[in-house]
Amino acid sequence: MKPVLMIDFGSTNTKVTAVDMDSETLLGTAAAYTTVQTDVGEGLQEALKKLEEKTGKLDFTARYACSSAAGGLKMISSGLVPELTAEAARQAALGAGAKVLKVYSYELTEDDAEEIEALQPDIFLLTGGTDGGNKDNIIQNAQVLAECKADFPVILAGNRVAARTCEKILTEAGRQVIRCENVMPKFNELNIGPAQNQIRQVFLDRIIQAKGLSQASELISGIMMPTPAAVLAAMELLSRGTEREKGFGELVAADVGGATTDIYSMTDGAPDRAGTVLKGLPEPYAKRTVEGDIGMRYSAWGIADAVGIPALSRLSGLTEDRVETLLAEITTHTDSLPDTDEKRRLDQALASMAIKVGVTRHAGTVEKVYTPCGETYVQSGKDLSRVDKIILTGGSLIHNPPETARDIASYALYDLSEPGSLRPRNAEILIDTQYILSAMGLLSQYAPDTALKIMKKELTSYGTAK
Amino acid sequence: MENKKKIVIGVIGADVHAVGIQILYHAFENAGFDVTNLGVMVSQEEYIAAAVETDADAILVSSLYGHGELDCRGLRDKCNEAGLKDILLYVGGNIVVGKQPFDEVEARFKKMGFNRVFGPGTPPEETIAALKEDLGIE
Repeated sequence: MKPVLMIDFGSTNTKVTAVDMDSETLLGTAAAYTTVQTDVGEGLQEALKKLEEKTGKLDFTARYACSSAAGGLKMISSGLVPELTAEAARQAALGAGAKVLKVYSYELTEDDAEEIEALQPDIFLLTGGTDGGNKDNIIQNAQVLAECKADFPVILAGNRVAARTCEKILTEAGRQVIRCENVMPKFNELNIGPAQNQIRQVFLDRIIQAKGLSQASELISGIMMPTPAAVLAAMELLSRGTEREKGFGELVAADVGGATTDIYSMTDGAPDRAGTVLKGLPEPYAKRTVEGDIGMRYSAWGIADAVGIPALSRLSGLTEDRVETLLAEITTHTDSLPDTDEKRRLDQALASMAIKVGVTRHAGTVEKVYTPCGETYVQSGKDLSRVDKIILTGGSLIHNPPETARDIASYALYDLSEPGSLRPRNAEILIDTQYILSAMGLLSQYAPDTALKIMKKELTSYGTAK
Repeated sequence: MENKKKIVIGVIGADVHAVGIQILYHAFENAGFDVTNLGVMVSQEEYIAAAVETDADAILVSSLYGHGELDCRGLRDKCNEAGLKDILLYVGGNIVVGKQPFDEVEARFKKMGFNRVFGPGTPPEETIAALKEDLGIE
């Protein structure tokens, strides 16, 4: 046996996952309550103890870790035009597993500078202009950032012609600057990989220290990555497969948490219909979006705001008053579990709507346009209609019985009342019952074949939702 | 980064004539311009966003389906609003409905803020020569 340990440092939980590399199987998982304020090492020891109670003593040959502790990797980005470089910068940060606090476009103002100081990002991603394009904007913004009082490094990924000037302005002000390739070197050409590599590097060098994880890092043999980046890596591996092991192909994944809802899609999202005109930025194959206002506890009111109390009442079978009372309760006591029938019903309604809102915002749209030259279709964003697999993960989703989970997942699908929303038409529902996706994302960096085999084995199919 | 002049091209409005704009793209590229081709069904906002991001020297609007006059209204004002104060604006193609005297059409589009107006069947060479003149090339 050759056991390997994966650790996921969360804000409230430390999760451990053990796999055996020889037999390519999952040995077990465990979790323990932790806070960064105390000591992440303690939580880890506690979780390990629980794990070894199940599996017996394990002699780990390697330990890998990811983290979303202390608010995760907090980033602010800026670009020039909102739909162009500012959006490319947002995509870069989200895909690197960051929590994007704010995205600015055009010129940063003094008010913005104060806001940035107050938000205290871990990293600022400064972009703007295609290569050889607009220079003034990014240089002006570098000047504003140079005068910002908060301490954060800047990743510079804008017009390469202006890079030297920006670097000089920021370095002279004593700010750490990391230069990399433009997120949009040519108009509408997305190039977010280099910026994402730099984000990860800064996360390793700097953030881990700042987040009190350095004590734990002595125990770890490799890769600290932000947890969402690990999940994204797992989903991309599951979709694409490896040279030796076939993947699942196109898929969508949803992770409904207490504060946010993360949606992942693995597909090029190209139009299904011939003659469709595609608008907007090209979409990355592996895309992550985060809905900061949609979550099961901290952001439960956000779900109510998005879909309305009547919808939650109808879905849960509770009166509108009762829904409001319970919402007030669960948003105040964010650790409350669905321990009554009413709360279970509300939670199911909330989870269904979280998925619906999350996937709707993630998916592209198509519009039929009548032109003097005839009828045509205009698509923006990704077409997910052919995607036939939906993966659910997150505490609120994985403990449901198959029928309930299938029911919740069906809200991710195409809806006759919104014909323009390009959500999957019908899909097999797979549940991360062992809660191992982030761990498999970590493992994928070292042993992709093994990570893929374990995922294929451990994801539980709950049938097809229509 | 060479010091090529940068232009933005595209077919405006609900117009889906996709072939001509490709021909123009290659013609302008071969003539030494750095061309951003927005393709078909381009809105005024898309021309402007692309011109801002690429720091373009000119926007060339194509229209073939006769509705160009409606589609082009207000483009100069929006450019001014977006800070593209001195950008060159060209328009060309079958830009109006029916057979109208070209000098009248030209006058109307110039009043709308276009620097140059080209009628149906204009060869790319003519536009390229105009661009070179207006941008002070050679």
